[in-house]
Amino acid sequence: MDINLLNKLERNAKLTTKELAVFLNQNEQYVADTITDMEREGVICGYHTLINWEKTNKECVSALIEVKVTPVRGQGFDKIAERIYRFDEVQAVYLMSGGYDLTVIIEGKTMKDIAIFVTSKLAPLESVLSTATHFVLKKYKDHGEILHDGKHEDERMIVSP
Amino acid sequence: MSRGFVTDKVKDLPASGIRKFFDVAAEMDDIISLGVGEPDFFTPWNVREEAIYSLERRRTAYTSNAGHPALREAICHYMYERYNLRYTARDQTIVTVGVSEAIDIALRAVLNPGDEVLIIEPCYVSYRACVILAGGIPVTVPTNEENNFRVQAEDVRSRITPRTKAIMLCYPNNPTGAVMEHDDLEKVCAVLREHEDILVISDEVYAELTYTGNAHISIASMPGMYERTLVLNGFSKAFAMTGWRLGYACGPSELIAGMVKIHQYVIMCAPTTAQLAGVEALQNGLDGVLKMRDEYDGRRRYMIESFREIGISCFEPLGAFYLFPSIKNTGLTSEDFCTRMLFERKLAVVPGTAFGDCGEGFIRCSYAYSFDELKEAVSRIKSFIAN
Repeated sequence: MDINLLNKLERNAKLTTKELAVFLNQNEQYVADTITDMEREGVICGYHTLINWEKTNKECVSALIEVKVTPVRGQGFDKIAERIYRFDEVQAVYLMSGGYDLTVIIEGKTMKDIAIFVTSKLAPLESVLSTATHFVLKKYKDHGEILHDGKHEDERMIVSP
Repeated sequence: MSRGFVTDKVKDLPASGIRKFFDVAAEMDDIISLGVGEPDFFTPWNVREEAIYSLERRRTAYTSNAGHPALREAICHYMYERYNLRYTARDQTIVTVGVSEAIDIALRAVLNPGDEVLIIEPCYVSYRACVILAGGIPVTVPTNEENNFRVQAEDVRSRITPRTKAIMLCYPNNPTGAVMEHDDLEKVCAVLREHEDILVISDEVYAELTYTGNAHISIASMPGMYERTLVLNGFSKAFAMTGWRLGYACGPSELIAGMVKIHQYVIMCAPTTAQLAGVEALQNGLDGVLKMRDEYDGRRRYMIESFREIGISCFEPLGAFYLFPSIKNTGLTSEDFCTRMLFERKLAVVPGTAFGDCGEGFIRCSYAYSFDELKEAVSRIKSFIAN
């Protein structure tokens, strides 16, 4: 495992192995092999593109759902989490400390899609005690990137001492 | 005929070579530039936020001349933690308007008319001018690529005269990116120990941007040097705070007192908002500095590799955010190379001669740019060289 390599990839997965090697002061073969190993071990789980869908004409709604559940003896929360995260429309599931148990982040085309999912799929699950659905109105920052910052002009002088 | 308002000294002062180049480049569109001497990062938000908060609390009055006491304390703490240098906030530290002001008032405080100052070239554009304006005589000590632009003890020794009052050092160096490691410093210190009345003025504004794997060594921390060294540093490069104009000097109390005297008449105090932001930068900014340094380091390696691939020879700079590649094999002078790059490839780089005569045959390329911009710049240089 190589934390520096992961940090670099997490910020920009488009860098070539050669570029990564130069940036990290490693040889290219090492970078290629390490990435392959980390993919195989599930340390690297995928390569994604961060898209600001609000700037497109694609209809899209997302919501954060607070879910209270009854844990199952011997399996804790894992079983019920699995029942939830297997749904395709579920983007993320986190086990939480505090006032509720699971955070479920879900995406749908319309608010109605999400309402149907909650009422027909999520809430009826045996272990689910309650749900509270919060619709996302606007994403300001995601994955460490500010989404509504506009393009930054380089305001520095062209040449300076 | 009118005698004119401007002094002969100012009339004779050459305009900065960078300025000439900037005037041409500023008129052109679609320029890609590797010409800047400042970070591409923004000042970290916690620092900007602290400045906003200080304004909300109406902290808008002057501070004491030498600088806000909290900032001077923070500076002394930082100098000890990072460079093992002990200074007192009360009488060994002054906060200035950038390192630029510190250079100016230091020279004005120490030079009598005709005193000589050793200047290691290539160097920052203001040293020579500030020495002349302060009534001194600049004496050039050239460095070269064969010695990785590290100043050689013998070159210093051979230029010392009874009139030598000070030597100015800048490592990590603008424009070359050179650093001085322990053994290099020791050789120069050995010469200086034979001349105890020569003041060392050490501009260490790029100290945090050192890529040797070891921390920057201040010459003031070398044996016998503390008492006769003035260390200049600032927030511009490490904390990406160029526009705030905030620097400082630490050194012998007698000299600091002299500098404060000039500073109180001509400046009063450094901007209060910047000073309060500076406290936050020193107290909570170091993680951000190290992240920026790592990013620069990656780009540095990328640029060296890219230049070597396209056949441009480049010694390995181990500090600051500049490369100083040789363009001698193109057969062009630095000025011609840069002018043609600008007009034919719309790429701004700075001729080495802007930093002293021994910069002939070199260009300064800053890597304080995004990776995409660096890639584009390299491809423009490549296509220029190929023709």
